[in-house]
Amino acid sequence: MSDSSEVKPPALDLEASATAASPSAPAVELRRTRVTASERALAHLPGWLRSWEALLLVLLLLSLVLGSTLSPYFLSASNFSLLISDMMEKALMALTMTLIVIAGEIDLSVASVLGLASVVLGYTWSHGLALGLAIALVLLLGAFCGLVNGLAVTRLSLPSLVVTLGTLALFRGLAYVVMGDQAVSNFPPAFTNFGFGTVPGTLIPWPFVLFIVLALLFSLLLHRSTLGRQIYAIGSNKEAARFAGIRVDNIKLLLFVLSGLMAALAGVVFTARFSNARADNALGFELDVVTIVLLGGVNIFGGSGSLPGVVLSLLIIGVLRNALSLADISGDIQNIAVGALLILSVLGPNVVRRLQEAASRRHAAEAGPGRLARSARSVPAEVGASARERETSH
Amino acid sequence: MEIAAPQAAVPVIELVGVSKSFGAIQALKEVDLSLYAGEVHALVGENGAGKSTLVKILAGVHRPDRGLLKINGEAVELRSPAQAQAAGIAVIHQEPTLFPDLDVAENVFMGHQPRDRLGRIDWRRMYREVDQLLQSLGVELNVYLPVRGLSVADRQLVEIARALSQDARVLIMDEPTASLSPREVDDLFGIVEQLRARQVAILFVSHRLEEVFRLASRVTVLRDGQRVITAPAQVLTPEETIRHMVGRELAALFPKEEAAIGDVVLEVRHLTRAGVFRDVSFQLRRGEILGLAGLVGAGRTEVARVLFGIDQAESGEILIDGRVVAIRSPRDAMRYGIAYVPEDRHQQGLILDFSIAKNITLSILQRIARFSLVRSRQELKIAADYAERLRVRGGRLTQPVRALSGGNQQKVVLGKWLATEPRILILDEPTRGIDIGAKAEVHRIISELAARGLAILLISSELPEILAMSDRVLVMHEGRVSGLFSRAEADQEKVMLAATGQNSRESR
Repeated sequence: MSDSSEVKPPALDLEASATAASPSAPAVELRRTRVTASERALAHLPGWLRSWEALLLVLLLLSLVLGSTLSPYFLSASNFSLLISDMMEKALMALTMTLIVIAGEIDLSVASVLGLASVVLGYTWSHGLALGLAIALVLLLGAFCGLVNGLAVTRLSLPSLVVTLGTLALFRGLAYVVMGDQAVSNFPPAFTNFGFGTVPGTLIPWPFVLFIVLALLFSLLLHRSTLGRQIYAIGSNKEAARFAGIRVDNIKLLLFVLSGLMAALAGVVFTARFSNARADNALGFELDVVTIVLLGGVNIFGGSGSLPGVVLSLLIIGVLRNALSLADISGDIQNIAVGALLILSVLGPNVVRRLQEAASRRHAAEAGPGRLARSARSVPAEVGASARERETSH
Repeated sequence: MEIAAPQAAVPVIELVGVSKSFGAIQALKEVDLSLYAGEVHALVGENGAGKSTLVKILAGVHRPDRGLLKINGEAVELRSPAQAQAAGIAVIHQEPTLFPDLDVAENVFMGHQPRDRLGRIDWRRMYREVDQLLQSLGVELNVYLPVRGLSVADRQLVEIARALSQDARVLIMDEPTASLSPREVDDLFGIVEQLRARQVAILFVSHRLEEVFRLASRVTVLRDGQRVITAPAQVLTPEETIRHMVGRELAALFPKEEAAIGDVVLEVRHLTRAGVFRDVSFQLRRGEILGLAGLVGAGRTEVARVLFGIDQAESGEILIDGRVVAIRSPRDAMRYGIAYVPEDRHQQGLILDFSIAKNITLSILQRIARFSLVRSRQELKIAADYAERLRVRGGRLTQPVRALSGGNQQKVVLGKWLATEPRILILDEPTRGIDIGAKAEVHRIISELAARGLAILLISSELPEILAMSDRVLVMHEGRVSGLFSRAEADQEKVMLAATGQNSRESR
């Protein structure tokens, strides 16, 4: 091991790696600075344990422990059924959000699209439209909302952060225009059964089945399909992607439309689960959705991240919120924890990277004791003299 | 043999036995280097030889693992760039990093503005002093102009003036001519001569040997992190220097092989994009390499961008196989069999975080997919095929291209475009910033491609490359075609005259 790493990789560009390495990177034990004891301890872990997903697993275990200490009901099957059920809208929206963030954009309007979809569903149903048609209409509306976002981002070259912050207010406002502070709640049992009900003989909520199917589909799309590959390319380097013939704008537009569609679908699920269509449904959900995606290891600047990570982080947020609710902590206070996690999730990958660098430095330092001994003689005056000789030897 | 450094017995700055490693990679191994007042000392070496690391040690960015840094004979430790500056060491970068919205004078005095008695910035004195400083260098530059919008050459002058305003005694010029036109290079060299006369010690880092031998009194060659030789410039020849750099004999340039030149594949008629280029017409044939020469900013890259559908022309026609076509996007261009290896490898050519394989297949995703799902085995097979053909070295196919040397990265870009099986290949500065060994290889590849019947448009700022590789040379000057020469006619002088707009337009 130590032998092989002393062999210099032949065609590696030294200058490139020199700039990539941290300026403080010490290669020799003598000058080890800035690597703290805890970093060193962690750097001894095997590779897979230092990955972001491993950290998420630890976090998930911690929140499970927290949950079970906070309430005796936490570890019951029915509570888990409830916990999962409660996360479904956010889970659905996190799927498309993952794609959008990997492509280097963001969609903050999802919760507002959800709210708008919910009230339009309630309004059209209560005005006599068949439920199936109303759902189709609402999905179409969601896709249209996404189209508006996407066109503003791609055709007008506006930053998605600003565009979707605007439509966050706009779509929510439209929801109030449609229904004011009224609510529709007399949905047919067939519809609400989908929301409340579970797969017969189990405690698995129906919306969870929908999520699993979509999650598998999206995993395939992101990690195996050509579209997924192009999404990563766009997020890593938009210009190089364009130069490779990738239709950057079309793909981004598609992603925003998908995001709107998914938010509307989440709106249908939400309405069914609560048998309730109100303009303030899912207010503020975008915080959780963005947190889930970033905590899941998706780079806020695009180009990297994975759906398995996002699913893990989904469970963490779900468990955390559920545990805090069981302990009678209100949603607003829970937001403190979620907000902290959001910041941690952007900060965290940097820390992990530092650890990995520390580990590679450690390997480097261990690799070359021979080199160290050999060069210990260098420095003093006699070397300076011989240097001068060499310099003029030609 | 200290003839080349006559003035002082003690070097202004000296590295003794300096070593530096990054992880498992040893960037510098016991390197010695001395700089005397009033000398221009050239530092040459291939990419990856350790030049940048050495510069960064002198600039206080990196600290050596072992060895000493001496200033005026005294061992010192530079802990930060600020300390290096305080010690009188200044670096002129290839692409100067200045504050774009501040004006010339503010940039020169940033951080050490002259103050009046109340501690306020003395603006009048500042502008006057910068003006005097520039005049003393024989430079005409408006000190009130914001730096944004200045040419690279002018921005380098601002950096030089900045160094002088801080009484720099050591000036490190890191590839200063990489993006300058020949005239700007001449101007810069005039200023370097003046600095030399002012007893500034200058370290000139470059891999353009003709410049090195024009300017330097001593030359130090680095190879694989070690110093190979330091010698007075007059006892070295360029050929010897190259041998020291690569450690082997090398054919100077790879001339184009004879290839059967066929029908016109691409024709451009009166192509115009307002403010960028005007009335550009030419023909490109199967098996032909058409060199496109000109100064930086002559509009060559801009023509290529239009041909590849990145930008749109306002008037004029593009014909493929004699038929007028509309190219509105890179995808259109690819459909017509056009491939474009762009100028900026890192920004436009590659996705640095993607593996070699993923980069190569990025432009042919459909071909490696079934039902839109990527087939990894197919992907690796195609990637391996091109990586082998182009002799990409230095990593497994699944490694990120970020870790590759410039030359190998360029081969990956070439592989990506050859994978599309193009008929027309546009190469924009294909050998910029890659080392001599890799350069010869890229030339060999280009030549083979032409022999196989590709039509190649070769944009290059290096005249020897253009002259060695091209069947015909098209020259542009300020957005217009200013000359077209056959291989037999073309020589350095004619092309240069056309590129600077000094020929009449009779050669069309």
